[in-house]
Amino acid sequence: MTVLETRELTAFYGDFQALFGISFALEEGETVAIIGANGAGKSTFLKAIAGLLPRPAAAVRLDGRDIGALPAFEIVKLGVALVPEGRRLFPSLSVEENLLVGAYGRRLDGPWSLAAIYRLFPVLEERRQAPSTTLSGGQQQMVAIGRSLMSNPRILLCDELSLGLAPIVIRDIYAALADIKARGTSVVLVEQDLVHAMSVADRAYCFMEGRVSLTGRPKDLTREAIHAAYFGL
Amino acid sequence: MLGWIDTLLQGVLLGGLYSLYATGLSVIFGIMRLVNLAHGDLIVLAAFLILAAAAAGVPIVLAFAIVVPLMFVAGYALQSVLLNRALGRNILPPLLITFGLSIIVQNGLLESFSADSRRLHVGALESASLPLGGGIAVGLMPLLCLVSAIAVIILLNGVFYRTALGRAFRATSDDVEIAQLMGINNKSIYAVTMGIALAICAVAGLFLGARANFDPSIGPARLLYAFEAVIIGGLGSLWGTLAGGIVVGVAQTVGAHINPEWQILSGHVAFLIVLVIRPRGLFPRAVD
Repeated sequence: MTVLETRELTAFYGDFQALFGISFALEEGETVAIIGANGAGKSTFLKAIAGLLPRPAAAVRLDGRDIGALPAFEIVKLGVALVPEGRRLFPSLSVEENLLVGAYGRRLDGPWSLAAIYRLFPVLEERRQAPSTTLSGGQQQMVAIGRSLMSNPRILLCDELSLGLAPIVIRDIYAALADIKARGTSVVLVEQDLVHAMSVADRAYCFMEGRVSLTGRPKDLTREAIHAAYFGL
Repeated sequence: MLGWIDTLLQGVLLGGLYSLYATGLSVIFGIMRLVNLAHGDLIVLAAFLILAAAAAGVPIVLAFAIVVPLMFVAGYALQSVLLNRALGRNILPPLLITFGLSIIVQNGLLESFSADSRRLHVGALESASLPLGGGIAVGLMPLLCLVSAIAVIILLNGVFYRTALGRAFRATSDDVEIAQLMGINNKSIYAVTMGIALAICAVAGLFLGARANFDPSIGPARLLYAFEAVIIGGLGSLWGTLAGGIVVGVAQTVGAHINPEWQILSGHVAFLIVLVIRPRGLFPRAVD
């Protein structure tokens, strides 16, 4: 069953058009990777779904209902949470406060609580009172993921989880992602790291210059096809 | 010697009043980066509202109890109807709106209450004092003012650091875009912020009117003292704002003790000295 759908989604930054009609579908429990070069519109796409950018009202549908006119703070209450690029933790809040603020708009029941987040990322419990700015990059990413999970999302939008992290830390983050998926959460994964993205994704979309240039199952996509869709060569 | 101790003490108490002026301003700036140029006039407005209620025969304590929630509602409405529309990347539009509001409030008060100097009468409390021994005594009203200033800060810090709503306030102040992703409606947070700030204006208005005379034109000078207290204390710290108010208050009474003409001037000079030595104020927030 399709839970999230975009139809001819467009988005602008002022006069600059970043998305030129993206049509996309996410099935219940599915993990979809969105790959593409810098500036292809991947992050813009997630922001438009999450409500941080203005978009046509009928261009985003959740469970068949138009949500394109809703502001960001309403969308998260419907079960769509975004883990933003670059973590963006609240610097004046402690680790635990960052997690708790994630539950501010919680309207849904689900598996996630402070205790469940600490089971997923035990290191965060040790650092719970620490200012979020004192954590390592990987730990900050864990807080950012945990913070989004606190709203008990049905759909988790992840923007560049591996950005700036050491390979061993990336492996931990992706292991946690498998746990999250196992609880039935659908995931949209924006990644520059092709190998990781393809290893967890059920399907992939490749974006180029604000348009979908390729879509398919990772095993069906050849290197050459991805290369061409990535760079338009 | 006794004279100096008394002067310092009076300065600290006066600082309590300045802190009350400044706390609302500090909260507004801290959470939404909005500079409210009408803040001083809104304090005077609150004093006149209490005066009007008292003139209608309402006991002063009850009048105060009515005006505090009234000012909260006025602040909430002001923010949601007017200022939220102007908030954005550019800080100039909201600044101009509050500047206009300042003129409207001053002239509205002038029209309704005339330019006469007024005073809030609080009965026996006006002249009551507490002897501290050694020939020094403090007025109960100024002392109550300082205690109220401290109580307001304790209350606000309690809300900001111990409640879910307070976390939402701080998150919004840190990063308004991400706060919305957490389900926080930033515009309603802003409206509550302005409501809280104006409720504090009502407290400040009570003590303004009970300690000294007031008329519709004195708002801008109160705004200036409030600004100085906020900047001296360091942006984002309410205890810093109290310290800043006390610095201005002590500087003024010390200046007045040396030469009565120097009272206002020495407050401003103290402000400039702090700016030169500690440009970010005495207690700047660690994270900026």
